[in-house]
Amino acid sequence: MRDFCYSLVIVTGNLWGLKSLQDLEEFRVSTRRWLEENCPQSMRQPITEQDICSGGRRFVFQSDDQKLWLDRMAERGWTAPAWPLEYGGGGLNHDQAKVLREEMASITARLPLQGMGISMIGPAILEFGSDALKKQHLPQIARGEIRWCQGYSEPGSGSDLAGLQTRAEDHGDHFIVNGQKVWTSNADQADWMFCLVRTDFEVSKHAGISLVLFDMESAGVTARPIRLISGASVFCETFLEDVRVEKSQVVGDVNNGWTIAKYLLTHEREMIGGIGTAAGTRTLGELATEAIGLSDGRLSDELLRTEVATWEVDSCCHQLTMERVRDEMTADGVGNTSAMIKYYGTEMNKRRFELLMALGGSDALHWKEGTDTQRWLRSKGNSIEGGTSEIQLNIISKRILGLG
Amino acid sequence: MQKLVLTEEEQMVRESAADFLFKKAGPGALREIRDTANPKGFSSEVWLEMVELGWPSILIGEAQGGLGFSHVAMGQIMELCGSTLACSPLFSTAVVGASVLSLGGDRLALLPKVAAGNLTLALAIDEAPRHNPQGIATRAVRRGDGYTLNGEKTFVVDGNVADYLVVSVRADEEPEDVLLFLVPRDAEGVAITKTEMVDSRNSATVQINDVTVESVQRISHSGAGLATLQKVLNIANVHLSAELLGIANECFGRTLRYLNERKQFGVEIGSFQGLQHRAAILWTEIELCKSIVLKALRALDESPEHAGLLASTAKAKTCQVAELASNEGIQMHGGIGMTDEFDIGFFIKRARVVQMLYGDRRYHLNRYAELRAY
Ligand SMILES: Cc1cc2nc3c(=O)[nH]c(=O)nc-3n(C[C@H](O)[C@H](O)[C@H](O)COP(=O)(O)OP(=O)(O)OC[C@H]3O[C@@H](n4cnc5c(N)ncnc54)[C@H](O)[C@@H]3O)c2cc1C
Repeated sequence: MRDFCYSLVIVTGNLWGLKSLQDLEEFRVSTRRWLEENCPQSMRQPITEQDICSGGRRFVFQSDDQKLWLDRMAERGWTAPAWPLEYGGGGLNHDQAKVLREEMASITARLPLQGMGISMIGPAILEFGSDALKKQHLPQIARGEIRWCQGYSEPGSGSDLAGLQTRAEDHGDHFIVNGQKVWTSNADQADWMFCLVRTDFEVSKHAGISLVLFDMESAGVTARPIRLISGASVFCETFLEDVRVEKSQVVGDVNNGWTIAKYLLTHEREMIGGIGTAAGTRTLGELATEAIGLSDGRLSDELLRTEVATWEVDSCCHQLTMERVRDEMTADGVGNTSAMIKYYGTEMNKRRFELLMALGGSDALHWKEGTDTQRWLRSKGNSIEGGTSEIQLNIISKRILGLG
Repeated sequence: MQKLVLTEEEQMVRESAADFLFKKAGPGALREIRDTANPKGFSSEVWLEMVELGWPSILIGEAQGGLGFSHVAMGQIMELCGSTLACSPLFSTAVVGASVLSLGGDRLALLPKVAAGNLTLALAIDEAPRHNPQGIATRAVRRGDGYTLNGEKTFVVDGNVADYLVVSVRADEEPEDVLLFLVPRDAEGVAITKTEMVDSRNSATVQINDVTVESVQRISHSGAGLATLQKVLNIANVHLSAELLGIANECFGRTLRYLNERKQFGVEIGSFQGLQHRAAILWTEIELCKSIVLKALRALDESPEHAGLLASTAKAKTCQVAELASNEGIQMHGGIGMTDEFDIGFFIKRARVVQMLYGDRRYHLNRYAELRAY
């Protein structure tokens, strides 16, 4: 037989990487023990939107357990497991972070802290920020002390984000910012904003943008909530009038904001793409069984049964793809493949809610607070926020597939 | 838990398989088999090289003369056989046949011969046009120490060339179970007729008239036949999913090249957003297939007892996507995609046969729901 067969025999007997596997196994055991001892029972329940801990100056804890869980995890740096220890993270490598995720999922431990700090601006500061910025912001984010909002979209530039017009004038050691942002999620609840501004009007639209940070309590910042079709007011229009922003609060270089904004968007998209697959929530099949019942062991409506099974198959494949993409990940994140995760995950989530509505029949059409009916309406925004589905498909076809 | 990426050695298998298959077993080779009406349905030369490469021995344990390597490794080869449209008895013999014998107890000691490439097998289970492994009219009646078999099987892949058939039957004395027998192709009472298939590969109908078999020809212990068959079908369907992934991926790759080449209205047709988005969706769907196929292959290696659900998930998904990829492949090529001279048509033909074999998307969605208890 040829040499590759020969090498097959050799490699199967090879003990490569065994040491690191053992270390990882030890890490798993100690993590499991720590979680067992430290995760309060009430924090081992499937999480709904109302139970999310988003932190921040104004956050009101729903229970002592919620606060205890945040504090314990933050102390270990496990609110941001992969960030360096010196900035309040857990210092875990990729494999360890995955083990932590798996072990948390196995006891349905809730995420202790979620939001744009941990998932979006934190990674961007870590990648592009000065050391001073990292020291100032990252530990506060990891401890859940500061809540962030994202000032990207404007009335005139949504999909065409790079066309933004919010103006930042250079005043030596600081900028004066004027303009309007819109659809700013939780601007009325947030403590700080990361904001895209135009610092150069003379160059091409991508080249004159900077990413700046400022406190929402700064003079000249006004956030006005906007009511959504779901009844909630998760986003605002945000007016910026002569807002002073210190130059030390520019992330990366002035006029290099577009690169950072795009990097940050890949994180946002990866996060939104995982929206329909939160660990611990009940499966669609179980919800369907509860809603319409079985006859002869099968869901009582054949067509719905097919649609539910199709959805579950797709969902399983999507979840595995997120896992695979992370396993294949190089140092700087998942990159453009976040467009695929975002596109598919949000379309899946919309399909899921359409099915829940169909399963609920006319009962699902009652207007009540905090129901799937409202979540169904909210889900329509998933394929808009963070860049629409059409924009994700543009990114895939141009950047990944190289189509003209 | 193993990561969802190929290990170095699996990657090596993949590269060496790609090397060989793209050179020796591409659509050109398939066209030749079809146009010369080669009765074997594959090139003996290609099969011999596969044997030399050790492929038939990958899934066979070392004690039986095999390499005892992984399903993930074999799956890479199966995927590339899909990409290249390779014709060979590899799947029926080295995936399905070897698994039946390994799981069911190899009482005739055939595995070393399979590993050495000296013996081919074919699974004869379906009796109706749509897969239904439990819908068995073929009967075994006890006679002395052995049985007499009677019935008819259809869609027996490689049935016209295999040395042994693995035949599923029912027996009145064990009405709950399915019995599996090894029947030599030249046994008295066996009549094999080749079926001309749309993908130009081998398939046959098998008539079984008063065929006498000995007890040692029975595979799997009493009461375990159905479970064995189900395990074999899980394995088969995961590898067919890998093949479908290969078909879809190659079909898409060819289509993508065409989108960048073909000009209309003075520009490449790939600059039209209407086509771009469809291409992007197709690419996304294929990425999903890559994940589930790898996961399901790993499950066969690591926790075969849980592989049933993943096997049906993988087959349902890859059937859907191979259908989409092959349909879009033709549509985006326009008129030339409809010509026999152009290769894209081979992919849709191959896809449909692989989709139908051992259950299409609908079959596996239904099975998925059953396994999920709804
Ligand atoms: C719930 C929610 C929360 C949000 N939170 C925030 C936030 O916190 N911060 C923030 O900055 N923004 C936020 N947004 C705004 C969001 O990013 C924008 O709405 C989005 O980028 C689309 O911009 P637009 O609304 O101006 O739509 P438009 O860009 O006007 O798009 C309208 C339609 O045209 C399509 N379209 C546009 N361009 C193309 C093209 N080139 N090819 C094909 N189709 C195209 C779009 O896909 C869409 O269907 C949020 C939005 C929602 C719904």
